[in-house]
Amino acid sequence: MKFVSGAILSVSLLAGFLAAASAHADDTAPAASTAPPACEVPDYILAGDVALPKVAEAIKAGGPLNILVIGSRSSTIGVNTGASEAASYPGQMLAAMKEKLPAVEVNLSVEIQPKKTAEEVAPDLARLVVSKKPTLVIWQTGTVDAVRAVDPDDFRTAVDQGVVALRDAGADAVLINPQYSPRTESMISASTYLDNMRVVAQEHEVPLFDRFALMQKWSEDGAFDLFAPVHGSDLAKQVHGCLGRALSQFIIASAHPKPTQEN
Amino acid sequence: MTSVAGQISAPLTADAGVVALAKAPAIARPTERELRLDLFRGLALWLIFIDHLPQNLLTWVTIRNYGFSDATEIFIFISGYTASFVYGRAMRDAGFVVATARILRRVWQIYVAHVFLFTIFLAEISYVATSFENPLYTEEMGIMDFLKQPDVTIVQALLLRFKPVNMDVLPLYIVLMLWLPLILWLMRRSADLTLGLSVLLYAATWQFDLHFSAYPNGSWFFNPFAWQLLFVFGAWCAQGGAQRMSRIIASPITLWICAAYLFFAFLVTLTWYVPQFGHLMPKRLEQWMYPISKTDLDVLRFAHFLALAALTVHFLPRDWPGLKSPWLRPLILCGQHSLEIFCLGVFLAFAGHFILAELSGGTGLHFVVSISGILIMSGAAWMFSWYKHSANKSGRAKVTGGNADLAGGGA
Repeated sequence: MKFVSGAILSVSLLAGFLAAASAHADDTAPAASTAPPACEVPDYILAGDVALPKVAEAIKAGGPLNILVIGSRSSTIGVNTGASEAASYPGQMLAAMKEKLPAVEVNLSVEIQPKKTAEEVAPDLARLVVSKKPTLVIWQTGTVDAVRAVDPDDFRTAVDQGVVALRDAGADAVLINPQYSPRTESMISASTYLDNMRVVAQEHEVPLFDRFALMQKWSEDGAFDLFAPVHGSDLAKQVHGCLGRALSQFIIASAHPKPTQEN
Repeated sequence: MTSVAGQISAPLTADAGVVALAKAPAIARPTERELRLDLFRGLALWLIFIDHLPQNLLTWVTIRNYGFSDATEIFIFISGYTASFVYGRAMRDAGFVVATARILRRVWQIYVAHVFLFTIFLAEISYVATSFENPLYTEEMGIMDFLKQPDVTIVQALLLRFKPVNMDVLPLYIVLMLWLPLILWLMRRSADLTLGLSVLLYAATWQFDLHFSAYPNGSWFFNPFAWQLLFVFGAWCAQGGAQRMSRIIASPITLWICAAYLFFAFLVTLTWYVPQFGHLMPKRLEQWMYPISKTDLDVLRFAHFLALAALTVHFLPRDWPGLKSPWLRPLILCGQHSLEIFCLGVFLAFAGHFILAELSGGTGLHFVVSISGILIMSGAAWMFSWYKHSANKSGRAKVTGGNADLAGGGA
């Protein structure tokens, strides 16, 4: 009884907001669709005091800079959308790297392992490095773990082992954390996994590309409407374009740590 | 030591027969209830609600942004305190069996509330699964996979092994309440010994990695083996522990230590939210300190709660006139109907998410949703009090008094 009356009360109040807010949404919608995505990358996302020595060396030598991206589904754009590989963030990163470092030979290979947790991917990493001999491995992980609510300790151990394996196999490593996904925020608890990735990154001094914070910032700035149920792949392409460019900036910044940061 | 229970100088009122007092509204008999408990439990409920909404302006007023512990600690501690007080009295007056039966009835109520919330979660997730499509989030939509085998998932949810996000507190509460008869029975022998055993269990949890397994994998987000420490500590305080600690709490040395620790925690927390300061943190300290486990109630979190509690008790005396102020009335009322308001809060958080997602809400809407959620919670709490008050008035108040309260678990 009590719940019912509470629910009725709240639903009727909510209905009021619906009416008020839909009017508000109409005002802002056209402006958002015409403006180009201004996806700025704040300095603190880039502020890497952790170096990528092998990448720095490769850049100095003019290449080859071989980059291997290992990730789950969120490293590509949805399968049925017809978007090409080049449109996803690894491809966009490659394009941006080539633009910024015209004198350097940059190669990219992408290894997508859908629906695999960090624990399932980690043992494979050493083998991948041996076979592909990358200068830099970018490991995107955490999403599948968060979706399946894997034990956070197990997750941290797996990421830890993976990073150590990458280093031991002779590659520089960068970690990428999950996407900011506001629509599923009440169903997937990402925070524990974000924290654990940050811990591992700090412990091994591996640069962590904070995709979550970046997308959250863009969403708050109004650069993208990440709540929207979009059917086409336009939004996804734009977001991946921005992520790719930001990632290229991040890698170059981490290879050349700014002396001002060290005081 | 054995008569500790008898020495309690009635932190709540000694209203014989009405066992539900800890949570029953004060209207029935406005005596010297410990309003501070209600106040802070109400506050915890508000904060839990705000924390369950997506990040927004109001999130910055919640305590988790200023230190290690958060509203969950307050909620569990006060629950331990009031449960021990109410059922401890029942155990003394009516015996072990009767008290256990009452506790079990309360557990059943919490369980039903949990299942109710799960139903709402199912409705929400099913809606999103059918209506939301965005190629950017193909992977995140994997969360819907469990809808493909409802036979397993729903049974696991009823067994408390499958727990969606934000639905971890009630299962913890259920387990703690199931342990309560044993805790109280031990406390009647020796309260200090019980607390000692609780600390031992906590230590063993860390040492041997004790946990409750969850479905489809992993373990409970709030580990009952670890969190029982706060609950038992609350119970211990209610059984006279708070009284005996009062001298320690009042000492200026304690206060300075607490203040210093809170300040330290604040500085550390600052580096999480203002990453520009991150490089000021000593690496050594970071590596020793992180991760601060919420699952296993990290010692840093527990200590943070203790420090907060000590300062609060010191600066907010029992007879603080503000407790009677109409401005704090909504908080106190919410605290007095904790189970209903907690459930309503979780429901409102779901609803708030829904509205924000449907309307791609900006900061303004976010603020409106948060504030109206709090207003709804307060309004509902007021209504529960009124309802109970009028039910008590209309005859047979003496006989049935207190047992109409869903939150009470009374006679």
